[in-house]
Amino acid sequence: MTSWTTDERVTRILGSYPDKRSAVMPLLYVASKEYGYTTSDAMRDVAQLTGLTGAQVQSVASFYTMYKRHGVGTYLVSVCTSISCMLRGGDDVLAAIEDESDTPDGETSDGGLFSVEHVECIGACGGAPAVQVNYELVEGVEPDQARAMCRWLRDGRPDVVLGDEMQELFGGQRSFDWGPKETEGALLPLPAFEPYGTAGEGR
Amino acid sequence: MTAILTSRMVAYPSDSNTIDRYRATGGYEALRKALAMTPEAVHQEVKLSEIRGRGGAFFPAGVMWGFLAPTQPRYLVINGDESEPGTFKDRQLLERDPHQLVEGIIISAYALDCAKAFVYIRGEYPKPARRVQQAVEEAYAAGLLGDDILGSGFSLDVTVHLGGGAYICGEETALLNSLEGKRGEPRIKPPFPAVEGLYAKPTIVNNVETISNVPWIITNGGAAYSAIGPEGSRGSRMFSLSGHIRNPGNYEIVMGMTWRELIYDIGGGIPGDRDLKMWIPGGASAPWFTPERLDDLVTHDDVAAAGSMLGSGAVVVMDDTTCAVKAAHRIVRFFAHESCGQCTPCREGTSWLERMLWRIEHGSGREMDLDLLLDVSDNISPGLRWPPAMTTICPLGPSAVSPITSIMAHFKDEVASHVTEGRCPLDH
Repeated sequence: MTSWTTDERVTRILGSYPDKRSAVMPLLYVASKEYGYTTSDAMRDVAQLTGLTGAQVQSVASFYTMYKRHGVGTYLVSVCTSISCMLRGGDDVLAAIEDESDTPDGETSDGGLFSVEHVECIGACGGAPAVQVNYELVEGVEPDQARAMCRWLRDGRPDVVLGDEMQELFGGQRSFDWGPKETEGALLPLPAFEPYGTAGEGR
Repeated sequence: MTAILTSRMVAYPSDSNTIDRYRATGGYEALRKALAMTPEAVHQEVKLSEIRGRGGAFFPAGVMWGFLAPTQPRYLVINGDESEPGTFKDRQLLERDPHQLVEGIIISAYALDCAKAFVYIRGEYPKPARRVQQAVEEAYAAGLLGDDILGSGFSLDVTVHLGGGAYICGEETALLNSLEGKRGEPRIKPPFPAVEGLYAKPTIVNNVETISNVPWIITNGGAAYSAIGPEGSRGSRMFSLSGHIRNPGNYEIVMGMTWRELIYDIGGGIPGDRDLKMWIPGGASAPWFTPERLDDLVTHDDVAAAGSMLGSGAVVVMDDTTCAVKAAHRIVRFFAHESCGQCTPCREGTSWLERMLWRIEHGSGREMDLDLLLDVSDNISPGLRWPPAMTTICPLGPSAVSPITSIMAHFKDEVASHVTEGRCPLDH
């Protein structure tokens, strides 16, 4: 095992549940942060921490779409094409992003900057069409704005992806008033949540 | 508009999520009041309120609490795995007023005698999870969580848990499996979670919106809550409006208005003054309504009598440019993608339906496909009636049938013309 497994954060996650098996999902996120995605080594580490077999961990990891079994680009761009976003032009946004990032749906660009995926409903239907970059949300994105966003990511390469910043630059109609601005965002193509060590302070 | 849940976020948009604002607006006073009552008395107020589960099942929460088996340990689990297409109400409650939820959790756990609660939030909601985590940490720091809360002798720990991207985990037993570190596959009921839930211990699973109402109910009394709204649909309810509508968004309303009022007065009608073709009254699982239902009432009972449901409160509006086949395909594709694969009728049936709709929409449909759509649907949900009969452990499979029965009941000619013309007649 590598050093991440003795991290204080891991101890805290294991201690948050009456049964350490419950820590599988949070630990898979932490392991993905360490290894880039849910590699065999990542799953082996999680199995040892939780007292499961590698096969048990793999059966869990393979059930959920957010545990990636292949390397993911620096920026994972998820485009909603479920019913409400489809009605508002989500398919056109997906096409624009595939074209501008030169990355077909479901693939990662040469050089590993972008991964593009169409996703099912991300709960942003009032701000359709909606896009997430590293799971940070942008609502009311028109195809031209989506293209501009890809160029901005390519040229600016932000270390921390901030939803509020992208919304201001490229978003439109929102599902609701977002309220106060956030300074926390995503460090990696993983959900930015401090207890998992995947959130970072941005500008 | 009655505002039970949304008054603080509307009045104080810049800091409604903080503990300081929450306390300055009466927050955590309901908890003090509850802790001075017996747990039974708190439960009684929730029962009196007649509040029904806001996740979609609409089961009376106070009644469900009464089913909790009298053994320890026991758990309270908050379902924040909001993933029903068209639904984004819990996201707003989590992001904008997380302390209202946390206070509701503490009061509910006190009534239920639980020492541990979990908030399961879908993985694609990192920002709502950050806000709830921050609220939980603020509550710990203020002595509102942890040991001996406000000197009452009652103790509670709360863990925020992120999902991994699976709609099925919104189903309560799938959620419990997921929280146990397993694949999110629904369990056969009975036993119900109140008897054998998390780690096979007694567990109450409630939706974010349901529990967010609890502080108001304790402050104002269950009777005050049940005085709002028509019988069977008490209190206010969050509705998510999306699709072809001028003012999309979440609206907290008292049930009992007409659909016309909801779509045209509150929602502002259809952009470009186009004609309304159909709408989904309660999330992607619900059979669709067409304009002859505009003057029906928006209540649980009226919608059920008309063969659909209010479900998760998601209203998806579609104008006359919308192809019924394309819309149905997009919804069935969702269920095919999200099927957990345990039950054959759902695993095989949803993807079969999806493929048939795709070829019809793209001009390759066969005449026999029209009957086959209904035949396959009937094998998932025998009789194609409402509420649906089930051949599966959970309602996901039958949910995929709703768009099929909707288009075949209301737009059969349109579906047929895709086949006879060999193309989508609405494709311009």
